Amino acid sequence: MRIPYYPGCTLSTKAKGFDQAARQSFAALGIELAELKTWNCCGATFPLSRDNLLDLAGPVRNLVSAAAEGDKLAVACSTCFNVLKRSNLVMRNEEDKREKINFFIEADYAGSVQVLHLLEILRDEVGWDNLAKAVKKNLADLSVAPYYGCMFLRPPKEMGFDDHENPQILENFIRALGAQVADYPHRAECCGNYIAAFDLETTREMSYLILASARKAGADLIVTSCPLCQFNLDRWQQDLAMKHGGFRPIPVLYDTQLLGIALGLDTTTFDLDKHYVDPRPVLAEKGLI
Amino acid sequence: MRIQLSATKVHNDFIRKVEDMSGQDLLKCYQCGECSAGCPAAFAMDILPNQVIRLLQLGEHEAVLKSKTIWLCAACQQCYTRCPKGVDLSRIMEAVRDLLMLEHGDRIVIEKLPAETLAEFPQQAFISGFRKYTA
Amino acid sequence: MAEHETPITRVLIIGAGIAGIQAALDIANSGYEVVLVEKEPSIGGRMLQLSETFPTLDCAQCILTPRTVEAGHHERIRLMTFSEVTDITGDIGHFTVTVQRKPASVNWDVCTGCGLCQEKCPTKVASPFDRAMGKRKAIYTLSPQAVPNKPVIDREACTWFTRGKCRLCEKVCPVHAIDYEQQATTTQVEVGAVIIATGYTLYSLQNLGEYGYGKIPDVVDGLAFERLLSASGPTAGKVRRPSDGKEPKQVVFIQCAGSRAPETAMPYCSKICCMYTAKHAMLYKHRVHDGTAYVFYIDVRAAGKRYEEFYHRATEEDRVIYVRGKVARVFRDGDQVVVWGADTLSGASVEVAADMVVLAPAMVPHPETQRLAEMLGIPANEYGFLLPLDDNILPVETTRPGVFLAGAVTSPKDIPETVAQASAAAAKVLSLFAQWSGVPQAMETPVGAEAS
Repeated sequence: MRIPYYPGCTLSTKAKGFDQAARQSFAALGIELAELKTWNCCGATFPLSRDNLLDLAGPVRNLVSAAAEGDKLAVACSTCFNVLKRSNLVMRNEEDKREKINFFIEADYAGSVQVLHLLEILRDEVGWDNLAKAVKKNLADLSVAPYYGCMFLRPPKEMGFDDHENPQILENFIRALGAQVADYPHRAECCGNYIAAFDLETTREMSYLILASARKAGADLIVTSCPLCQFNLDRWQQDLAMKHGGFRPIPVLYDTQLLGIALGLDTTTFDLDKHYVDPRPVLAEKGLI
Repeated sequence: MRIQLSATKVHNDFIRKVEDMSGQDLLKCYQCGECSAGCPAAFAMDILPNQVIRLLQLGEHEAVLKSKTIWLCAACQQCYTRCPKGVDLSRIMEAVRDLLMLEHGDRIVIEKLPAETLAEFPQQAFISGFRKYTA
Repeated sequence: MAEHETPITRVLIIGAGIAGIQAALDIANSGYEVVLVEKEPSIGGRMLQLSETFPTLDCAQCILTPRTVEAGHHERIRLMTFSEVTDITGDIGHFTVTVQRKPASVNWDVCTGCGLCQEKCPTKVASPFDRAMGKRKAIYTLSPQAVPNKPVIDREACTWFTRGKCRLCEKVCPVHAIDYEQQATTTQVEVGAVIIATGYTLYSLQNLGEYGYGKIPDVVDGLAFERLLSASGPTAGKVRRPSDGKEPKQVVFIQCAGSRAPETAMPYCSKICCMYTAKHAMLYKHRVHDGTAYVFYIDVRAAGKRYEEFYHRATEEDRVIYVRGKVARVFRDGDQVVVWGADTLSGASVEVAADMVVLAPAMVPHPETQRLAEMLGIPANEYGFLLPLDDNILPVETTRPGVFLAGAVTSPKDIPETVAQASAAAAKVLSLFAQWSGVPQAMETPVGAEAS
C-alpha cells in the first residue's frame, strides 16, 4: 500500500528521527509513506481569526498537492495533522472561504482528501491485531505513558476521531506493541506549546505537571506524536529536577520510534541520541536496543 | 477599583472588532468559570480566562490589553471543548492579541531571541510563536 | 366506544412516585376508582431513595410511607406494579388501556411477604436502588417497607435462570409461592381519564468525561449520596466512600453536572440541585463533624419557601464552603480525587484534593415516557419532557382531552411543586368525574341565603 505522506518542517529538520522511524516502520508493515512531491509548511497553528484566509492558503496548498497524488494524506506530527485536517474541513464545508482560497492559490479544491494521522492508519488500515503480530521485541516489561497533548484531540467537533476526555488510540497502540500503559491523569493537558518562545517558566511548569504525573504512574517513558510537545517535555527536565526535589527525568519518545523499536528495526537513524533525556539506558535495560 | 459603565463603553468599537474577528458572541458567556477551572496556564495568569470575557462584556478592554493572560493562552482549546455555551475563547484571545499588535507592534522580535533558543527550538515553535506573537 | 355510553369515572395513573400516589389518594378519597401502574415491583418512586427532604429535613421515608401504605390498602386504588402500559386506545371518558405485567416468578396471591426467600437466596448483585453501592439478592423487594411487600426474581441474576442451578427459594418458601414458569400477563382496564406521572431519571454522567464518573469509584451522583445518607441505605446512614469504605474528610459537591450546558449537555436548569446539594453538604457535616464540604456552584437558585434561609444555614451554621465556579476536571491522584475548579469571585483557579466527589446531574425524563407520549399523541419538547397545553394557565392539561400530566414529567420539579401539581391534576380529573356523575352544575342554595 502506498499513501501520500506529509512530513512537515520539524520532521525534516529537528525531528528527523521521528520521520525516519515513521517511514521505516510503515515500510516494515507494508505501507509506503510516499512523501508529497511538493509541500510547504502547514503554518504550525490553525488560524483562529475569521478573516485570516491567507494563513489557510499554506495548508491548503499541501492538500491540493495531496489530491494530485491520491485520496488520502498521512501525517505523523499531530500539530500538522490538526492544521491540515481543520483546513480541509474549511474547504469542504465553508463555500465562501473555499472560493476565495482557491482563487488565491489558483486551485480547484473542495476538501476531497482524507487527512489521516499515522495512528489512525495503524488502527484502521493495519489493525491492532495485525500490528501486534508484527511486533518482534518483547515490551512486556516497559511501562509507557501516552501523551496526547492538545492538537491531536481538540477541538473534538473537528478532530473527533476519539473521545476527547477519555481517548484510547495511543493506549491501544501501546498495548498492541505489547507494552504496559501507564494510566495518568494529564495525558491531554497542554505542554505549553509556543508559549515557550514567550514565557519559558510557564511552559516548564505546564510540562512538569505532565511529566511528574507520568512518573508517579510508574511510566518508564512517554510517547507523543508532536515535535513541540516532545521538545517542551524533554528539554527542561534537568532544570525541573533541580527545582522540584525528587523528580526523576523521564525519556520522551515519538510514537514511531517506539513502533520501530518494537518491530525490531535498526534504530541508528532514529536519532535516539538526540533526545535531552537519553532514552537508551532504559531501552537497553529492558532489552529493547 | 471602579468601572464606570456607559452605553458608549459597553458597545465600543474595540469590542465590536473582537466579536467580528473572532466570530464569537461575548454575551453568550454566562460566566460559569469552567474555562478558568480547566486552563493549564491559569496558574501563571494575572486575570483568569473568564475575566477576559467579563471585562470585554463590560467594555473594559483596556484592562484586558494590559494583562499577561492573552499572551499565555496556548490555544490548546481545552476551554472551548468544555464550554457549556460553545464560546471559543482562544479565538477571542487571538482577536485581542492581533488588534493590540496591529496598533503597538509585535510582541516578540526574532533578532532579540537568545541564540541558544534559536539553535534549539523546533521549527514549529518559531512558526507558531510568530503566528501568535507577531502581527 | 359509543357516544351515548356514560363516561367511566375511573382514572389510570401511570407512575407511582410521589406525584402518582398523591393524585391517586386525592381521587380515591373523593370516591372514585384509581388504577395505579408502576414499572418497579413496589410504589414510592424516587422519593423512597431520598434521605431527608429540604428545607425541613424531614425523613423522606417517614413522610412518604404513610402514603404508600394508604395507597396500598385503599379499597378504591388498584395497584398494578411491575407493570407497564403497552397500549391505550379510545378517547376521553372511554379509554381502553392494556397493561402488561412482567413475570415476578412469585405468586403474589399466596406470598405472605415473610422475606425468608430473600434471606436464603445465595446470589447477590449490585442494587440499582442503592445506586450499585449496596447489594441485593436475586429475589428482592426494593425495601423492607415495600408496598406491596412481595418479592420478584431478577431473572438476569438468578442462577436458576442463568445456569439452571439453585431453586433454594422454592425450597424454603413456606407457602410454595415461587413460580419459575410464571409468564408475563396482559390486562385490559377501562378508564375515563389518564394522568401521566412518570417522573425523571438522571443525565448520563459518563457523557461528561472530565468528571471521571464511572471511572473513579469515589465520584458518585447525588442520588447515590442520598443512599449513603439514608438510614436504610447501604451504609445505614454513615458517610463512607465506595472505594475503600473510609469516612471522607473532604467532600466536593459539583453542581450543574449536565445542566445549563446547551453545547455539551442539557440547556436547562434542573432546579432541584441547588437545594439538595446544600442539604447534602449540611447532612454530611451533621454526620462527619470534622469534615469539610465544598460546593462548586454557578448560581445558587433558592427561590422556594424558606429555601434561601436553608442555604444560609448551610454556610453559617454548618460551615459549608461555597466556591463560585464550574468545575472543569476531576481526576485521581493516589487515593484522593483531585478537583480543578475556579473561584470567579476571587479570580483564581482552585484545586482541592478531596476524598470524595458528589455530582449533581441534570434531571431528564425517563426514556420510556417518549413511548407513552407517542402512544397518546402528546407532544414532547426536544429533551423528551411532555408539553402541557399551556405553560402558564393549563399546566397539567395536554392536547389530548382527558389526559393530564403531573410532576417532573413536564420539567424538573422538587417535591412540594410535584405534590401541588399532582393535586392539580387530580382536581382536573375530579371535575370531569363530577360532571359525569351528575353533580349539580348550578348553585342550589345561593350563598348567604340562610343568613339573611
